[in-house]
Amino acid sequence: MPTDWRDFFALTKPGVMRLVIFTGLCGLLAAPGSIHPVIGFTAVLCIAIGAGGSAALNQWWEADIDAGMKRTSKRPLPAGRMAREDARNFGILISAASVGIMGLAVGWLAASILAVAIIYYAVVYTIWLKPNTPQNIVIGGGAGAFPPMIGWVAVTGDITMMPILLFAIIFMWTPPHFWALALFVQSDYAKVGIPMMPVVKGEASTRKQILIYSILLVPLAASPWFVGGTGAFYGIIALALSLIFLALSLPVAMRRSQEEDAMKPEKRLFAFSIIYLFALFGVLVIDRIADYQGWPIPGVTA
Amino acid sequence: MTPQDEAEYRRRQKSRNWVVGGVLMFFVVLFYAITIVRMGD
Repeated sequence: MPTDWRDFFALTKPGVMRLVIFTGLCGLLAAPGSIHPVIGFTAVLCIAIGAGGSAALNQWWEADIDAGMKRTSKRPLPAGRMAREDARNFGILISAASVGIMGLAVGWLAASILAVAIIYYAVVYTIWLKPNTPQNIVIGGGAGAFPPMIGWVAVTGDITMMPILLFAIIFMWTPPHFWALALFVQSDYAKVGIPMMPVVKGEASTRKQILIYSILLVPLAASPWFVGGTGAFYGIIALALSLIFLALSLPVAMRRSQEEDAMKPEKRLFAFSIIYLFALFGVLVIDRIADYQGWPIPGVTA
Repeated sequence: MTPQDEAEYRRRQKSRNWVVGGVLMFFVVLFYAITIVRMGD
């Protein structure tokens, strides 16, 4: 039976892709300079297709693991709706296409970073780090941190301090975001032998590390303002959002889960972490556009 | 293969063909637009 096209689409993890597209687009819009809308659209499309390709390769490799976890058992491969090699071929095809089109239409530096991001997620994170170290999310977080850098480089053609800071913000955001999730789905990860931090180092250590990363995120999120890359409008809102993030991570750090625990603080932190990233990058773009257009917003002077 | 299975087989094949065709058409238009923009650089 031929695989339904919707299953190929599901293989690209459309939910995760939304955040990738958004941060990539924000990197592109926040960068100094201009880009033709068609080329800008192509750049974001290639980032999305590249992310989809690496997600497909991730699911091809992890089909057995996904089958053992409630959250992922209904995906096309573990549910038996798709042949494993089809997922692999689809992942390779669209990954290669995204890099090729990015190189030809936008630029080869952006295409190279996209290729590194795909390999980082599909090989370094999925194959190497995830099954072998509880630091998988910390180092693997780099994969999700590439999109704004690629968007930025698509416009400017070079790597400067600002895209590196945007990379660092997502890199630092990923551990508390993902560990909050891992705390309330930890039994699933334990079942399939994935060494997630709560499984290997225990809950107490994970909660402490969530707090450490949340503290580090406060100055880092505002650093584009400190280095003069944005105005105070971005800087002050980034500080406020990061302090809320920190405030939500405090109850997570200071408690221990009980039997039949609803894990509300952890779920609240996880939900806010998604809003946080959308808001932070949204404000970054508003700051840039307001400065460029001369909108009368206090603090907008890059 | 039962007649129901065969009907489902054809339905999936047809819908996939339409999606692949649509995606290819989209890229034809996109490449045309990219070429026009690049020629103007």
